[in-house]
Amino acid sequence: MADLSFDLATQSVRELNGTLHRTPHDSPVRRVVIDHPDGAHSIAVGLNAPISVEINGHVGYYVAGMNKHAHVTVNGNAGPGAAENMMSGRVHVRGFASTAAGASAHGGLLVIDGDASLRCGISLKGADIVVGGSVGSFSAFMAQAGRIVICGDAEDALGDSLYEAVIYVRGNVRSLGADARFEPMGPKDLEAVAGLLAAAGLKHPPAEFRRIASAKSLYHWHADANQEY
Amino acid sequence: MCGIVGLLVKRPALRAQLGALMVPMLTGMTERGPDSAGLAVYTTPVASTQHKLSLYRGQHEVDWVQLRQALSDDMHGEHLIATNGNHAVLTTNADPDAVTAWLAAHAAEIAVLSVGQSIDLYKDVGAPADIAARYGFAKLQGSHLVGHTRMATESAVTPAHAHPFTAGRDFCLVHNGSLSNPHLVRKKLEPLGIEFETDNDTEAACRFFEWRLREGDDLESAVQRGFSELDGFFTFLMGTDRELLIVRDAFACKPAIVAETDDYVAIASEFRSLAHLPGISQATLFEPKPEEIYSWRI
Repeated sequence: MADLSFDLATQSVRELNGTLHRTPHDSPVRRVVIDHPDGAHSIAVGLNAPISVEINGHVGYYVAGMNKHAHVTVNGNAGPGAAENMMSGRVHVRGFASTAAGASAHGGLLVIDGDASLRCGISLKGADIVVGGSVGSFSAFMAQAGRIVICGDAEDALGDSLYEAVIYVRGNVRSLGADARFEPMGPKDLEAVAGLLAAAGLKHPPAEFRRIASAKSLYHWHADANQEY
Repeated sequence: MCGIVGLLVKRPALRAQLGALMVPMLTGMTERGPDSAGLAVYTTPVASTQHKLSLYRGQHEVDWVQLRQALSDDMHGEHLIATNGNHAVLTTNADPDAVTAWLAAHAAEIAVLSVGQSIDLYKDVGAPADIAARYGFAKLQGSHLVGHTRMATESAVTPAHAHPFTAGRDFCLVHNGSLSNPHLVRKKLEPLGIEFETDNDTEAACRFFEWRLREGDDLESAVQRGFSELDGFFTFLMGTDRELLIVRDAFACKPAIVAETDDYVAIASEFRSLAHLPGISQATLFEPKPEEIYSWRI
């Protein structure tokens, strides 16, 4: 039973987000249900309270962007920029996610049951992302911190120009990006993957994943590299 | 930014509802393209001896009855004109190239928006909902259509710069994105005798593909060739009298989503333009992958 319900067929996103923003940390409201999102943009952005938000349908751009503390579930697909710049909490997309899911997210967990499109986890800054399906090209581009678990395949240039973020991939990688390399899985990696899969409710043997991290050859400028890395 | 929409109905019984199903798709893309809108609708073809030309008079006053009489006096054949606001469809059994040349010489204020046996084309500046109401888009019938809402970023806001662009017969293209080498493409095509009407980047892509079609490529081969010739960002949606085709650039910079059911294929920049369609909750939804060509035939 929801403490609060919104129907975006009759109520505006502004009305919804305004109400959610005014929800204090110790609010008795614990669960909010949103119906008929119909691809609207910016649903449940900027939340700052430990509430659970459930969205029944497909959403547009930037769902749960900048999320802090809240648990947001999308019972559908998400448009570009899902959970971008998330600070903490959890965002769960039960369908597929479009481009730039989890872009520059600092903390929290983003779970995508289906595929994620290009640039998933671009410029990641500390959050964790678990993708049940595959990811598009340029995923984890310039990712600085955090972990990305990919249960399916990856397209081109995975982990291009990585900093300290780590990628775990189970399927095929069409190509690695500049300065990204496969590394052996250590006990800590297996533990990390097991923990993230459990948090995402997915059951794959952690030993099936491979670790990708930065070779760090881009960390320093080489005048004789002739711009070829 | 721009919005694109496409719709192809699979059952002939749905052709009467094509326009009504599409209008909310087009107006749903208003925020992506508030300055101009247009669409190409593919109707039942005219007789094999006939062609039709979509004409646009803009703000100019045109006496269509007198124009038809003058055309009949000069050119043998049967010519019919059906008007719709400042647009009109001229159906003729004369050579359509000769009719186009005659119009350029005798009624230069009229723009020929499309030529073919199936295509009707409407485009204008203004809000998509106003344009849809102005030309009665909800009543349009046909097998498939290609629509566009424009937010100009690289050339002027005029009816001629609005999409769809056409070239040749029964071919049209709409574009979300921007090309970085339209002038090079133009420089390559103009020596072949291909004339341009605007300085718009999308027109270069449209004329490039139509040139390849005339050279014997099928549409997929033409698009494949375009990957190495056209540089920039694009989601292109194209129509011919038989098919609807969508393709995105290698970086998938611009969004697109497809919904397919037993009744229709609906394409839009964003899901919010598809949410109203009947049976959408059971539709197969997917985003076209970069540089993969998706096409559907009627």
